[in-house]
Amino acid sequence: MMLIDCPNCGPRNETEFKFGGQAHVAYPADPHALSDKEWAQFLFYRKNPKGINAERWVHAMGCRKWFNALRDTVTYEFKAIYRAGEERPALQSTDGGTR
Amino acid sequence: MAKHSVIESTTELRRSPAAHLDQLMAAATVTGARAVALREIAFATQVSLRAVPGSAGHQALAQATGVGLPEKVGQVAGEVSGTAVLWLGPDEFSVFNAAGEDLSPTLEAALAEHEGQVTDLSANRTVLELTGQAASLVLRKSCPADLHPRSFAVNQAITTTLANVPILLWRTTENGWYLMPRASFTEHVVHWLVDAMNEFASEPVI
Repeated sequence: MMLIDCPNCGPRNETEFKFGGQAHVAYPADPHALSDKEWAQFLFYRKNPKGINAERWVHAMGCRKWFNALRDTVTYEFKAIYRAGEERPALQSTDGGTR
Repeated sequence: MAKHSVIESTTELRRSPAAHLDQLMAAATVTGARAVALREIAFATQVSLRAVPGSAGHQALAQATGVGLPEKVGQVAGEVSGTAVLWLGPDEFSVFNAAGEDLSPTLEAALAEHEGQVTDLSANRTVLELTGQAASLVLRKSCPADLHPRSFAVNQAITTTLANVPILLWRTTENGWYLMPRASFTEHVVHWLVDAMNEFASEPVI
C-alpha cells in the first residue's frame, strides 16, 4: 500500500490515482508542419528511464485534478510532487521520498 | 377508448435508488455494543457548483449558499441539519440539503453571467446513512482513507472509494457517516455494506 501526496487532497492511497504517462510532452505548435516521422515521435515515443522520471498523475477518485511527479522507476519512490504547468523541480538528493 | 389521466406531479412517481432495498437494510441492523445500522435518506437536494476561487462567480455563489464555500479538502461549510457545502475539488463543490429544498434557482440567479456552473445533481447520487459504534469498523473494511478522528473530524467530508466505487464520505457525528454513491452504484454499495455489517451481529472471534 503506497500513499501519494495529492497537491490538493494530501496523502491518499495509490488506488485513488491513475497514471498519465510522461510529463512535459508539449503539443506541437504547428502539427501540419511535421513529417510523419516527427508526428509519430510526438504521439508514441516516450522515455523509459531507469531512475527519475517526470510523470503525469491524476487523482481520479478524489479531486480529479492532474499533477506532475518525479518518480524513481527503480524503487517506485515519489521524489517530488508539483502542480501541472509548473517547472520540473531540481532534486537536491535522490535519497528518500515516499513509497 | 383508453382512459387517460393527467399527471399532476412527478413527486409521487419518483423512486429512490435504494427504495427496493429498504427491508434488506432494516434486517441488517445490529444492536448492542457493536451496533451498526444502515438507511437511505432519499431525495436530498444536491447541487454541483463549479467556480474558481477568487473569481466573481465564486464570491457570488459563496454569498448565495448562506454558509459560504469550503476552502480546502475535508472542509464542510454549514451543518448537516440545514444547508451544507462539501469540498470536492479546488473549484468544485456540492451543496447538500436533506430537506430537499430546491436551491438551484437561487444559486443560478446569484451566478448570473459570471463564469461558473450550477447543476442540480440530486438524482446523481443517493445518500446512505451508516450509524453505530461499529460504523467506522465497517467502513474500514474497504475504504482506503484515514478514518481516525485525528485526521477525519466530525463534519468533514472527502471523496474516496468504498467497495471499489467512488463515494462521497461525510462524517456527520462521531459514529455517524453519510455515504453518497452514484445512483447506479447504490445497489452494489448497499449489498456490500449489508454483507460487511453481518459479522458485527455475532461475538468477536478473538
